[in-house]
Amino acid sequence: MGSGHHHQLYRPGDTPVHRLPPQCKLAAVAGFALVVVATPREWLWAFGLYALLLAAVAAAARVPPSFLLRRMMVEIPFVVFAVALPFIGFGERVSFLGMSFSVAGLWAAWNILAKATLGVIASVLLAATTEPRLMLLGAQRLRLPPLLVQIAMFMLRYMDVIVDEMRRMRVARESRGFAARNVRHIPVVARSAGALFIRSYERGERVHLAMLSRGYSGSMPVIQDLSASSRQWLVAGMLPGAALVVLLGSWGLA
Amino acid sequence: MHVPDGFFNVAVSLSAGVVAAAGVAVCLRGARRELDDRTAPMAGLVAAFIFAVQMLNFPVAAGTSGHLLGGALAAILVGPYTAVLCVAVVLLVQGFFFADGGLTALGVNVTLMGVVAVVVGWTVFRMITRAVRNRGAVVAASFVAALLSVPATALAFTLLFWIGGTAPIEVGTVAAAMGGVHVLIGIGEGLITAVTVSTVLAIRPDLVYGARGLAAPLVLRGADGEAVVAQGAPAPAAVRRPGWFLPAGIVVAALLAGVVSFYASSSPDGLERVAEDKGFSSQAADHALGEQPLADYGDAGGIPVGVAGLIGVGVTLAVGGGLFFAVRRRTKDDTAKDEVSA
Repeated sequence: MGSGHHHQLYRPGDTPVHRLPPQCKLAAVAGFALVVVATPREWLWAFGLYALLLAAVAAAARVPPSFLLRRMMVEIPFVVFAVALPFIGFGERVSFLGMSFSVAGLWAAWNILAKATLGVIASVLLAATTEPRLMLLGAQRLRLPPLLVQIAMFMLRYMDVIVDEMRRMRVARESRGFAARNVRHIPVVARSAGALFIRSYERGERVHLAMLSRGYSGSMPVIQDLSASSRQWLVAGMLPGAALVVLLGSWGLA
Repeated sequence: MHVPDGFFNVAVSLSAGVVAAAGVAVCLRGARRELDDRTAPMAGLVAAFIFAVQMLNFPVAAGTSGHLLGGALAAILVGPYTAVLCVAVVLLVQGFFFADGGLTALGVNVTLMGVVAVVVGWTVFRMITRAVRNRGAVVAASFVAALLSVPATALAFTLLFWIGGTAPIEVGTVAAAMGGVHVLIGIGEGLITAVTVSTVLAIRPDLVYGARGLAAPLVLRGADGEAVVAQGAPAPAAVRRPGWFLPAGIVVAALLAGVVSFYASSSPDGLERVAEDKGFSSQAADHALGEQPLADYGDAGGIPVGVAGLIGVGVTLAVGGGLFFAVRRRTKDDTAKDEVSA
């Protein structure tokens, strides 16, 4: 987790991808990710076709490649892990440029890199074309428990507030010459965490009282019409559908 | 620790998803008991807190730093059910909105960082605070609980990786590496959790769920003697609940220990299994790519013995168990002293 990846999630736009109902997009991305994970790693060209499918979606949604690349930073820890695999894996080894690689480790690294990258791009595209609130409402239409959706909505709504409080505390610490360098500095960081918890909890209590005074009775009113036509389901189904065709096609060939 | 797509095969991803869904369903009911109608806003704000705190990097040893998992901290501050819910929501939001952790790996992530971390952390915490009831014990128990929850999560990851991982690493090695690194991270997590809990205890002791029932009863002193005002509902609820958590935690711990020790003692079995897997995957490769020199892979593979795994587990148990017994012994001394002074 890096800091500051909580902005520019959503890219406003008015493309066919943006206009699709959120529940269709959620189901499509989940289906696509499942097909990708189920693909045997030896079918190299199938992964190429998946990447082309995602590129087509990105083009339709007018999401520039630079945006995708920036948002793919979250993958870096696993890239490091995957790069290490050919060296620490065991079994038959091949030499290349004077270094010795494990064959099985190379396959595993390719497997993780390819599938994780495709999954990350699909998620980034989903988040870029769907307003966060609508995404959760779409999840609710897909039978996610309403209480869970409400919790997630409160989290989304107040995340920036809490993160900003923490940033202000960090600025205050650093402007007094503090930097956490070794274990002895942990108590200072932890006291900030304690203060942050009390602030978050007390804010939660105030929010709850404010909700009660506005007539909250356990469920939030939904004013958007989120029904999806079968045509929209069909359009959204094109991504996992095409991926499935690729999977079955390469299975038939092999 | 956020597992991306492609780490686990479809079977493990889906079954972990079922486990996670069941865990979240149980916690949705339990959290209502912990927070009643305040569940949505309170759990939402606590989830935002966990999200923020996970960005808090702390120095572990020279040059390296870790970030908080927060499962044990949340369980001690707001109760185990709410904690699982909050961590699950954090992971959900990270998966859907930040592409942090794969969508097909969401079940794995919730199972590991939500269910396992919270259940292990809360079980350890309750075991210690049941034995000793004072503020110092709560802080010490927070340290041990958070410390153990991190390597427990790492070992659970290793277990899942052994069942359905996609990389050819000897499980003993993975267990040792994961266990070793995460004991270090766990020490940092334990320190932060303990100091955070003690800070909150100092300012708003009523907010620490794990310390409910510690407050002295309210005594009204009037002209005609003293009257003890009965405590509210939270105390009996806090006493009743662990009865269910303790066996569950022991089962999880036994599972982990059993499987890991099985690994350490019979590594040829593990190797056979890997060889089988590789033989199978080489068949698939033959179809797609023609000749693949993977067939004699099982024979060629060196045998990194599971001794490494044994060491990793041993270190975990020694550190955790030693701390646990240190705390227990001290508290026994305390009670002995109390008896003497009384």
